[in-house]
Amino acid sequence: MTIILEGRAIKEGRAEGLALSTSQPISFYGGVDPETGRIIEKGHELEGYSIAGKILAFPYGKGSTVGSYILLRLRKRGLAPKAIINWRCEPIIAVGAIIAEIPCVDRIDVGRISTGDRVKVDGSRIVIQKR
Amino acid sequence: MYLTREEERMLGGEYGYAARKAMEILVALGKIYEAERMVEIKSAQVSGVSYKNLGDEGLEFLEELSRDGRVRVPTTLNPCGMDLENWRRMGIPGDFAEKQLEVIQAYRRLGVELTLTCTPYLAGNKPGYGDHLAWSESSAVIYANSVLGARTNREGGPSALAAAIAGRTPLYGLHLAENRLPTVEVRAPKLETIFEASALGYLLGRILGRGIPLIRGIGGVSPDQLKALGAGLAASGGIALFHVEGVTPEAVRNPGMKADERITVERGEIRGEAEKLSENVDPDLIFIGCPHASIEELLSFHMALDGRKVRRRTWIFASRAVRDQAEKLGLIGKLRDLGVEVICDTCPVVAPIRSLGISSVATNSFKAAYYLRNLGGLKVALKPIEGLAEEAAR
Repeated sequence: MTIILEGRAIKEGRAEGLALSTSQPISFYGGVDPETGRIIEKGHELEGYSIAGKILAFPYGKGSTVGSYILLRLRKRGLAPKAIINWRCEPIIAVGAIIAEIPCVDRIDVGRISTGDRVKVDGSRIVIQKR
Repeated sequence: MYLTREEERMLGGEYGYAARKAMEILVALGKIYEAERMVEIKSAQVSGVSYKNLGDEGLEFLEELSRDGRVRVPTTLNPCGMDLENWRRMGIPGDFAEKQLEVIQAYRRLGVELTLTCTPYLAGNKPGYGDHLAWSESSAVIYANSVLGARTNREGGPSALAAAIAGRTPLYGLHLAENRLPTVEVRAPKLETIFEASALGYLLGRILGRGIPLIRGIGGVSPDQLKALGAGLAASGGIALFHVEGVTPEAVRNPGMKADERITVERGEIRGEAEKLSENVDPDLIFIGCPHASIEELLSFHMALDGRKVRRRTWIFASRAVRDQAEKLGLIGKLRDLGVEVICDTCPVVAPIRSLGISSVATNSFKAAYYLRNLGGLKVALKPIEGLAEEAAR
């Protein structure tokens, strides 16, 4: 089955890969290890998962604005997600996606995306290939 | 979002990499907050200066921007992690100092003024009524909005820098008059000291969390009290604007302003706030100057010491502009004779305070207490200036 969703491009771009999806917000500062690309926030539903090379879907960012710089650092080490999909993008993620050149789309119901789905991002459009 | 031809050109890369990045950031923020257009700004104030908070990733970003970027409006800088002239005397480790200087050099290349203070309005960047700004230090944002009647949202470090490079910011939030009206009325007792103002701000921020308070009953408060009140509100709550009846410019121009929600604060609750937050400690450092001290605060601390020498590490944090003013008055020498150091360019919240062998402090700032406890894990005692002077001299 293929699902097509139309969102809003925060950082224009194209990417394709496997989804890593959560209903919980993510803090990049303190919540993601910039050395490994793994989620390290205690008790987070994705704790221990690597975001590297994934299409990362989560509702919105939280925490310190230093999180924008963590996205840049991940990108420079090849550990960044291929794209970010949000329900409501906020400034930490938006700024991070722009400075790290990571395609970013919001106004997407991230509940429609399951971990392991193949997802294509093209500008403001998301194509989900259900597993 | 409507963009002018000039803005389109920046976005298209005609003005280089930094201007394009800056514009991309601003357009994204404009989208998120549904701004109709950009507004030109008079000045910017950028946080994210201490290497302790920026780390290598922040430094790299600044270096990339500074290759072809230059700010278009007067831009001042928040405190960094050390006194640029006296970092050795502060005890700052050499490798930290080296990285910190690289950060400063990147900002210098961008054309940013190295004011290194959270009180730019005491150091030559004093906005006028109605000026649009992009400031990021929370205590300076709330002072500019509330006490000066200027208009700025609470920017993050990168978005304030983007606005500085582009010379504009998306028009939304506190840039619009209709979003600046009070959401809650607060009746509070007359404030006698800076300490009480700091406590009331902290208490209200904690209770309200967000919104715009209109405060009545606190009397003819001084600029230093307003500075402390705002810093408290912005530290414990996400508050960027308050009004004081008969005092702040928007409340004076619009004496009929009111809100549906009303709360009352008793004097005992303000006292209780200090008792709640304050711990019994033997402090490694006694300090005032969060936010950076004014010349009046330097004078009151000197008066409170009343000629007694301090017997433990006692620092006053101030902007270099205020320090130079104090130097001219002979006050720096007088304080040094009593053992008090006036430290510039930094503050205990952004300096690598733990590596200076400091694990407990006494101060009069609720904002400092909040951050030092929560982010730094320090033990903090809260006392008014007179109490701090007593303890320092004992």
